[in-house]
Amino acid sequence: MKKSFTVLSMLDSALQLLKQQADGERSAVEIAEQAIRSVEASQPTHNAYTSFDRELALRAAESVDERRAAGETLGVLAGVPVAVKDVLCTKDLPTTCASKMLQSFRPPYDATVVAKLRAADAVILGKTNMDEFAMGASTETSFFGVTRNPWDLDRTAGGSSGGSASAVAAQTAPLSLGTDTGGSIRQPSAFCGLTGMKPTYGRVSRFGLVAFASSLDQVGPMAWSAQDCSLLLQAISGFEPRDSTSLDQPVPDYLDATQTTDLRGVRVGVLRKAMATDGVSESIRSAVNHSTGVFAELGAEIIEIDLPHREYWVPTYYVIAPSEASSNLSRFDGAHYGHRSDKSIDLEAMYRRSRGEGFGAEVKRRIMIGTYALSEGYSDQYYNQALKVRRLIRNDYDAAFSQVDLMLGPVTPTPAFELGDKVDDPLQMYLCDLFTVGANLAGVPAISIPGGFDENGMPIGIQLQAPALEESRLLSAAAAFQSLTDYHTKRPPNPSGN
Amino acid sequence: MAMLSTTTVIGLEVHVQLKTATKLFCGCSTQFGRPPNTQVCPVCLGLPGALPVLNEKAIELSIRAGLAIQCSIPPLTKWDRKQYFYPDLPKGYQISQFDLPICADGCLEIDDPAREGETRRIGITRAHLEEDAGKSMHDEAAGKTDTRIDLNRCGTPLLEIVSEPDLRTSAEALAYLTKLRETMIHLGVSDCEMQEGSLRVDANVNLHIDKAGEVIATPIVEVKNMNSFRNVVAALDYEVDRQYAEWEETGRSIKDQGKRTFGWDDVKEVTFQQREKEESADYRYFPCPDLLPVRLPRERVEEIRASLGESPEQARERLQSQYGIKAYDAEVIVSQGRAMVDYFDSVAQLCGDGKRTSSWIQQDVMRTLKEQGSGIESFNVDAQTLGNLLNRVAKNELSNDRARDVFKYLSEHGGSVDDAVKALGIESVDESEIESLVAELLAANSKIVEDVKSGNQKAVGALIGQARKKNANANPQQVREIALRLIQEMP
Repeated sequence: MKKSFTVLSMLDSALQLLKQQADGERSAVEIAEQAIRSVEASQPTHNAYTSFDRELALRAAESVDERRAAGETLGVLAGVPVAVKDVLCTKDLPTTCASKMLQSFRPPYDATVVAKLRAADAVILGKTNMDEFAMGASTETSFFGVTRNPWDLDRTAGGSSGGSASAVAAQTAPLSLGTDTGGSIRQPSAFCGLTGMKPTYGRVSRFGLVAFASSLDQVGPMAWSAQDCSLLLQAISGFEPRDSTSLDQPVPDYLDATQTTDLRGVRVGVLRKAMATDGVSESIRSAVNHSTGVFAELGAEIIEIDLPHREYWVPTYYVIAPSEASSNLSRFDGAHYGHRSDKSIDLEAMYRRSRGEGFGAEVKRRIMIGTYALSEGYSDQYYNQALKVRRLIRNDYDAAFSQVDLMLGPVTPTPAFELGDKVDDPLQMYLCDLFTVGANLAGVPAISIPGGFDENGMPIGIQLQAPALEESRLLSAAAAFQSLTDYHTKRPPNPSGN
Repeated sequence: MAMLSTTTVIGLEVHVQLKTATKLFCGCSTQFGRPPNTQVCPVCLGLPGALPVLNEKAIELSIRAGLAIQCSIPPLTKWDRKQYFYPDLPKGYQISQFDLPICADGCLEIDDPAREGETRRIGITRAHLEEDAGKSMHDEAAGKTDTRIDLNRCGTPLLEIVSEPDLRTSAEALAYLTKLRETMIHLGVSDCEMQEGSLRVDANVNLHIDKAGEVIATPIVEVKNMNSFRNVVAALDYEVDRQYAEWEETGRSIKDQGKRTFGWDDVKEVTFQQREKEESADYRYFPCPDLLPVRLPRERVEEIRASLGESPEQARERLQSQYGIKAYDAEVIVSQGRAMVDYFDSVAQLCGDGKRTSSWIQQDVMRTLKEQGSGIESFNVDAQTLGNLLNRVAKNELSNDRARDVFKYLSEHGGSVDDAVKALGIESVDESEIESLVAELLAANSKIVEDVKSGNQKAVGALIGQARKKNANANPQQVREIALRLIQEMP
């Protein structure tokens, strides 16, 4: 048996895997085989994946090796294993949204981001677990069971993109795609010690992303480092006519943006007041304070800033997101595809029972909240009121970005909590989104980067936010931060033993 | 008891299917009559993750329609979701327009059916654009309740034109519908084929009863599922009687009873109440987050206004005065829409004979189009070609019969008149050749010669058939003239 390399064989850097292949040190097939072994070793304990297909992955890797041997030009992610959140349509793998409703659904088409991954010659390894229909902050609402945090298997990997975070943290793949409606990329990234970005609304096509809240959803990259994030973001960004909300703006060279280590002249606004909120743990406060020092050391000008309507973020979000969700999830009715109750005696029973059996408790709760908020006689009090507050929140962001280039603050009130802690208390769970939903409501890009560890050795994330379409600015700042810190280089124990 | 003085109050909601090649939010064809579920894609099937993209042609057609019915076009229009569950609505919502419709505050002038020469102005509240649902086909044979769904129509663009409650009789409703249909066809906005569902009517009706100076309004009824204008009239007349009788019996007014939805049974010729449940729907409208609001620049609206051209009335009057055709003929041609009027104009100008053009269009062109199931825009015989053909008939170079052969050939194969003449072996025949042919026939038919000599010129007709049997290219007119001359020259 071939002796495994120690450092070289780690599946934790896409850039390194690209270099190793270019240098002829490893083939795409060897990388894919290792990735598959890692998935198989970690899946029983971590449950990061809802489905994976070794044959598909190997075939994609073989094709990369053959074309490399033939001297063909390969895509920017050639031979790099990528895990894809199971809310993105894939025509050769099931797309379940971790719901019984879509347990056996196979879409006839690829989501645009998936098609772009294939065009970049990435090796799609499998689909990752998530909260059902992306509704949750702990991946505990999945029909396929909870996903565990590789840093501590008794703790949550976060949610809703918990599977994508756990998959990278367990080093089954160096890159994964998540989606972020209220923090679902950034919070799991923070809980698992990763770098994860929610791009500007419209930067990445939503075509083929099963909608949760259409005006907030965005696909984004998750990886260990800002550099790896930039590679994946590069591959999936860009205008697409099939998504009317997609932005027709040029895509800059994101990897190039990560070459800076100098933040002189950059104004960083620290959201210090936000950290005074109840329930924010001391370890989070001290990590943000410490990172403020790092940015100062990098030459940034530190300014204190506040977003006045911050206390309305969560209430506003929890009216708008469920309202849109209640509408988006209407199509799952048992009539055309997905789960249909075998106890359907008439049309109404088919609807009632198919939806009753197909959706889990959290999804039903949000459909009910949203249906209520949009009902005649209530929509002015709730939905329409929330739209007005959203406008005020956007105005806060505009005002803040006239004073600073970036905003720095926490991602989450606490590091990863223990599984079972909040699953029976929806309000506590909703407060996980305290610092993340602002960027979704305002449509701006935000990134979570590793900023330390707590007393239990659990990772802590810090968050940077930038004006719309300034992903490069976020990546520069994150890369500069990572040039002075080593939090992003720490790894949990690898279950595959490599 | 004598009937009290009552006023009937009617408002109409007309759904007009816009004549776009593709659906409102995806690239699927809108062609009618294709096999079920063959014109569908992830977007109109409402598959998870699929997103709508606006068809701009539908916006243009809606503005055309709106301007023709005197509506104002706002600078901005937006999309809303109207939510309800039904198996032919795969997304569980219809993309429609709630509070910012593309057209608002218009009117339509109709001829007052009660007073000759007078008109009535019927207000139009709004016209909004929305996607159609699919079609449910209920098969209740063999005791089973089986429903089949065809989603071909799902996502087809509809313009819903809502009138003010300004109509007072079923005759006025008919005049309004007739005028509206004529306008939409004329502008090329819609085919308005009720049988194909490209025009659908819902009628809201109630009575205002004058009881000793106190006006009592009966509960409003919305009548649906009327598949012809005749049925609309019948349903409205039926409702007027039914509501009066119901009021006499129950005394219930609009204050006691909300709006109800009735269907029309065209076999029993009665209206009937639909399930209570379908009426109390809360559609939970909210802005569709997948689509951006649409800006309607003033310059574009004015461009469309400038392109509207003459109205159907103006076209009818012009055709009569310019070409001397009859009012009925002008009506038939104009009713086929703007494209047919343009076709008529071109042909008539090329051949210089409006009456001949009118007769050919009504007899030959329209019949062929109907047989081919196509429209004048894609007809094989373009105006240039028909004009050329009729010009030859006018110059006596072709007989009407041979011209019909040529027309038939052209309608099947396309091409020029010369191509058709060549393909059909039609040759112009030398006069001397005809003369010897006629002389030969006269010699063999002394009876005909006698009859003509004794003053019955019609007798010559029998010769024409015989002449054409011997030479298909013989022009009947020419045969007739030569025969009469030869008989006259006979000693």
